[in-house]
Amino acid sequence: MDAPNRIESAVAASRRRFLGATAALGSALAATPLVGRAQPAPIKIGVLHPVTGALAFSGQQCREGALMAIEDINAAGGIKALGGAKLQAVLGDAQSQPQIGASEIEKLNEQGVAAVVGAFASAICLATTQAAAKHNLPHVVDVGVADQIVDRGLKNTFRFGPGYGTCSRVAVNNLHIMNTLARKPARTVMIVHEESLFGTGTAQLLARDLPPLGYEVVEVIKHANPTRDFNNIVLRMKAANPDIVVPANYYNEYALLVRAMKQQNVVPKAIYSVLGGAASNTKFVKEFPDAANGIIDCNHWVNPKDKRAQALRKRVEGKGLFFTYELFNTYTATMWLADAIERGRSAKREDIIAALSSSTWSDHFMPYGPTKVVNGQNTGAQPLMTQVLKNDIRVILPNTFAEAEPVFPWKAA
Amino acid sequence: MPIEILWPSLLNGLLTGGIYALVALGLTLIYGVLHIINFAHGALLMAALYGVYFLFARVGLDPYVALLVMVPAMFAIGYALQRFVIGRASHGKDENILLVTLGVAIIIENLALYFFRSDTRTIDTPYALATVDLLGATISLTKLLAFGGALATAALLWLLMARTDLGRAIRACAKERQGARLVGIDVDHVFAMSFGIGLACLGAAACFLMPAYYVNPQVGSGFVLVAFTVVVLGGMGSFAGALVGGILIGAVESVGGLWLGESLGQIAIFVIFLAVLLLRPQGLFGARA
Repeated sequence: MDAPNRIESAVAASRRRFLGATAALGSALAATPLVGRAQPAPIKIGVLHPVTGALAFSGQQCREGALMAIEDINAAGGIKALGGAKLQAVLGDAQSQPQIGASEIEKLNEQGVAAVVGAFASAICLATTQAAAKHNLPHVVDVGVADQIVDRGLKNTFRFGPGYGTCSRVAVNNLHIMNTLARKPARTVMIVHEESLFGTGTAQLLARDLPPLGYEVVEVIKHANPTRDFNNIVLRMKAANPDIVVPANYYNEYALLVRAMKQQNVVPKAIYSVLGGAASNTKFVKEFPDAANGIIDCNHWVNPKDKRAQALRKRVEGKGLFFTYELFNTYTATMWLADAIERGRSAKREDIIAALSSSTWSDHFMPYGPTKVVNGQNTGAQPLMTQVLKNDIRVILPNTFAEAEPVFPWKAA
Repeated sequence: MPIEILWPSLLNGLLTGGIYALVALGLTLIYGVLHIINFAHGALLMAALYGVYFLFARVGLDPYVALLVMVPAMFAIGYALQRFVIGRASHGKDENILLVTLGVAIIIENLALYFFRSDTRTIDTPYALATVDLLGATISLTKLLAFGGALATAALLWLLMARTDLGRAIRACAKERQGARLVGIDVDHVFAMSFGIGLACLGAAACFLMPAYYVNPQVGSGFVLVAFTVVVLGGMGSFAGALVGGILIGAVESVGGLWLGESLGQIAIFVIFLAVLLLRPQGLFGARA
């Protein structure tokens, strides 16, 4: 077992060097002073994501979101309360592993960052927030949905978006409303989830909350990341014949699952995702419109009526990137952190923590309203319900943000 | 577990095993015959998958037609890699070969990460979701074709090794390098040819895999461990062993997943693997040393 471990370390070390060089270049660019006037010292922000390894796509999307936010803040004059101090990104790579994420926090701390934004996956966020807490380093969680992240009483940890408790509650309630309005065509549910904290935690909540409303959870299937073949799961799906299939997994596995369902001609009354990796992803919809159409998802999504969100989407797509939840979640999380530094008029860690704790930030394009933080969680955060309709992702619930009527059940449509 | 899904699951596993066999066939030639532990095998599979992807996305070349491009292209890359990089840098030492192939893997993976980002890329062919009803099970057409490809590739490799001068030269080099050199065989050329043929198999594997799978810079690592397992299980250097080993691993993984759950299903692979190593260390088709 030693040789593979050594090899893995060698690969990891090489990746770190490669990404470190990119990080240094990014930092150097961000730190370039304007000629002709004195500049206050830049404020270093740790931008920590899994940009290599199994979660690399999501991690890179997150990093892009953070860098775009920092670019926008600096272009708008930096932190005005601190004499226009620019934000300077210090990049870190968690390599899709929690323990690497934690060690990256140590490095970021040594480099003197004022705060950290990251680290996408729940399991990584659990480790990075804990490591950051030792140094009283403010950590804004961009995506990580596990409720344990903010439930441990860590004073340094803040989350702008909703956790999986809120998401599964909203998903279950909305499913029940849609099903009731459609005269209850759906009675059985099958949950397919990935094996880490996010998928397992979400599945447990759903399996707990659905039966009291009259839904029978016929099967809960866990799968590894990566899973190369979903035919077995689809065969079990065929045998169980559930009315609703609920996937809770990351992009690659989500796409393979839905394609396998399409191939095996398994058409439930609805594919109803909770934090589905591909369901609210413009990339998936563009590449597999046939498989994607009709899928409902309860996920992070922007206020579709906010012009700033549309403008960001244009910019992102103009760069040849996909406008995904990872990107806009991290963009807004970074903006939130900048607002706290601005309002607290300080880049000291304890002042940032105090400012985030009392934050009432409303100048954003997420459907949350002003921030209200309780134990680190923005309690105004909520997911939106989307559905892929005519090859586009449309918000269907709640009505305040809805762009289209939900089509439920899909089979009858 | 409903018993009626056992047969479709087994059949699906057998066909998935065809893909594993395809990936392992190239490895068994390089690793099994030449004793080169090629850590770049997964990264080179990834590179081949990108090749198939770009041929489809940019030129509109169907993945199966792309066989005509990818097989010779990967052969040429393999030949050049062994002749001008691995062979030269290793100075004839096995431990150097290990490090050189590891270095090649790191370079390829990071180049892919740099140029293609870590976006998962897929292709959508008209037949991507096509199925065939086979013995009462609905089977993916692309998997069936991959299985056929694995059988054909194994047969061609066997013919090459058993019936051609090149095959005899490869076997001679594998058994006694100095002796082969003494009888006039250009050992460096034969090694490079073998490496090229091994990579040509990867080119074929990529063409059969891409219609039903995806490519990203990490994709190779998911296959390389399975491929090494298949090679050792089947017997080092045995093409029949790689074929049967791949199919066996596919079937065990599939049925194991059905019984033990998709997360634990892979345990069954390694239980079989350990059992074979304990009871028949030379592998299923390997010759006793």
